[in-house]
Amino acid sequence: MLEIIFVSTLNGVLYGMLLFLMASGLTVIFSMMGVLNLAHASFYMLGAFFGFEISRRLGFWPALVIAPVLVGLIGMAVERYGLRRVHRHGHVAELLFTFGLTFVIKEVVEMVWGKLPADYRVPPALDFSAFTVFASSYPAFKLFVLLISVAIFLALLMVVRYTRIGLIVQAALSHPGMVGMLGHNVDRIFMLVFGVGVGLAAVAGVIAGPILVTQSNMAGLLGPILFVVVVVGGLGSLGGALVASLLIGLVQTFAVAFNVSLADLFGNTAVAAVLSVWLSDIWRVTVAQVAPILPYLLLVLILIFRPRGLMGTRDT
Amino acid sequence: MRKFIGSTALALSLLGATALSAAAQDTLKIGYIDPLSGGGASIGQIGMNQLNFIADEVNARGGVNGKKVEIVGYDNQTNPQISLVQVQKAIDEGIQVIVQGNGSSVAVAVSDFVTKYNDRNPGANIVHLNYAAIDPVLTNEKCSYWHFTWDASADIKMEALTNFIKDQEDIKKVYLISQDYSFGHAVAGAAKRMLQEKRPDIEIVGDEFHPLVKITDFAPYVAKIQASGADTIVTGNWGQDLALLIKAAGQAGLDVDFYTFYAGGAGGPTAIKQANLENRVFQINEGINNQGYGPAEERAGALMKRFSDAPVYYPRMFNMMDMVFKAMEEAQSEDPGDFVPKLEDMKHASFAAGDEGFMRRDDHQFFQPLYISTLGPLDSGEKFDEEHTGWGWKMAASVPTESTLLPSSCEMKRP
Repeated sequence: MLEIIFVSTLNGVLYGMLLFLMASGLTVIFSMMGVLNLAHASFYMLGAFFGFEISRRLGFWPALVIAPVLVGLIGMAVERYGLRRVHRHGHVAELLFTFGLTFVIKEVVEMVWGKLPADYRVPPALDFSAFTVFASSYPAFKLFVLLISVAIFLALLMVVRYTRIGLIVQAALSHPGMVGMLGHNVDRIFMLVFGVGVGLAAVAGVIAGPILVTQSNMAGLLGPILFVVVVVGGLGSLGGALVASLLIGLVQTFAVAFNVSLADLFGNTAVAAVLSVWLSDIWRVTVAQVAPILPYLLLVLILIFRPRGLMGTRDT
Repeated sequence: MRKFIGSTALALSLLGATALSAAAQDTLKIGYIDPLSGGGASIGQIGMNQLNFIADEVNARGGVNGKKVEIVGYDNQTNPQISLVQVQKAIDEGIQVIVQGNGSSVAVAVSDFVTKYNDRNPGANIVHLNYAAIDPVLTNEKCSYWHFTWDASADIKMEALTNFIKDQEDIKKVYLISQDYSFGHAVAGAAKRMLQEKRPDIEIVGDEFHPLVKITDFAPYVAKIQASGADTIVTGNWGQDLALLIKAAGQAGLDVDFYTFYAGGAGGPTAIKQANLENRVFQINEGINNQGYGPAEERAGALMKRFSDAPVYYPRMFNMMDMVFKAMEEAQSEDPGDFVPKLEDMKHASFAAGDEGFMRRDDHQFFQPLYISTLGPLDSGEKFDEEHTGWGWKMAASVPTESTLLPSSCEMKRP
């Protein structure tokens, strides 16, 4: 039991931190520009494929730096020449633009790398087991992923808290209109934020690619859950995104570990006999079986009971 | 402008109609209904590639009964409802032969639809050729005169696999992990039943169902398997659900053997090589590349050369199309009403090694030799690796056709 709890906590935190790397960019872009970037997960996929291609030619370490920068530049170009033009026509147009972008990126990836999973491997320098706990070994690479994501979170926090640009970003988060009035070049900040945001998603792609699958449908697998993180965490709150990511990571991981169903919960009581007739369809379904839908259940509950999210600072 | 578009559309559709009827006389159209977009596209495209390859082979020989074979792809996104729309579309375009495989839920829907359509439209004679869906209901409760299947059903494969497991003394604790839908439940049910019967001393330490193609990280499941003390995993998982499971197991250093149906599918070998599970992942199927059988090597080699970025294929699809074309030639007709009787009880030297298989008349299940194999580094003399990994499938055991015969509860309604 202790073994499962320990390993599940590690796995949950790791998955949560990966989610955070992606969601942090998404939440900042969303709160500042009001654009729900549907293509955010596609940039994560681009990061993974760029990482794969570069690490095949130059090694993993250059890939870890070059791939996010490349994706960030692409993101800036998308913002400068795409989103900014579409912006005039309102949010629906922006939403449709990013929606279209997901298909374009997916098709391009399929044209270049095909539909089969890419053979993206853990770099040899990190391909050993970090420690063994209760007979199950924990790979060093996963620990590395954990460290990178924590480091990025801390760096992000520093930038937002203590630098001038961070202050403007923070101001733009809560009062986007006001910042423009004060004479700051909001367009440039938007471009920068968009670039950094998708760059972070690309970092997640580079480091998650070897652990998860690197395939042309990987964006579709992770996309929906990112929106859950943003909504649960709350608009305009990096801290909220972190809490929500960790929460979802842990909920999903722990739910899998337990085979408890309603039937076990009620045992052989009289109530159980009645309930089992009414709830026959879900009576024997275990928590493990419904684990992947729990985040969406959380989303629904949050929207009903606390629409601004766990740590949201504003409603719109 | 609108008038112009209207008249152009009319002209185009008229042109299209005449072109169609002219072409219909000298081509044999075969409808391929499988995922060509979305998560299943990688698998669907492999089937499409192979069908096109087979069509080209036949056309180079002068076609079937003098007619050129043409494959028409219809994207069903692995969705039963969309599949039925596409089947109707294919029928409307004059297609009588429908090839479909991926997804038992889809196959059951298509088979039902085709059977009802034929009942309501006497003489329509649509036939459903199934190359991959292996839920046993298709050849038992829901069997149909208009449905034929070339992959061994889940029960047959599990029977053969458990016969092999029976003799592995080291297997003590088995963990079952399956996708949560009809096929996954069929596999897990058969595994439990057969293991308990053949090796009552084996303890089943887990019977897990997870959602279909929705999991991105199997680490939590692997932690659970680790804690259960299992030494063997039996799974019917396919596609990314298998690849990610194997990958996560490799990362956690999970010390188990895998017994699978679909480790040879797209993405499987790549994941096994990455997890470095040398000769620890077993699969059961109807043929592997390194069996040293000349005709198979020649044909597979040509196909893999043509589609070198996705060098995966289905041996059973060769069996299927070879038999169907033979039946058409024997019947001197491409109308399923004429050639279906020729398919029944037809004997066929199977693609992989030339051993004989046959299409059973009672349930339209093709019985063939099956092979259990593991993936590892190539030995000298072995020509084919998988997905450019440098590793290839190695024979662990072969199961002759006679040992795969299972009874069927099918009561077939014949026209």
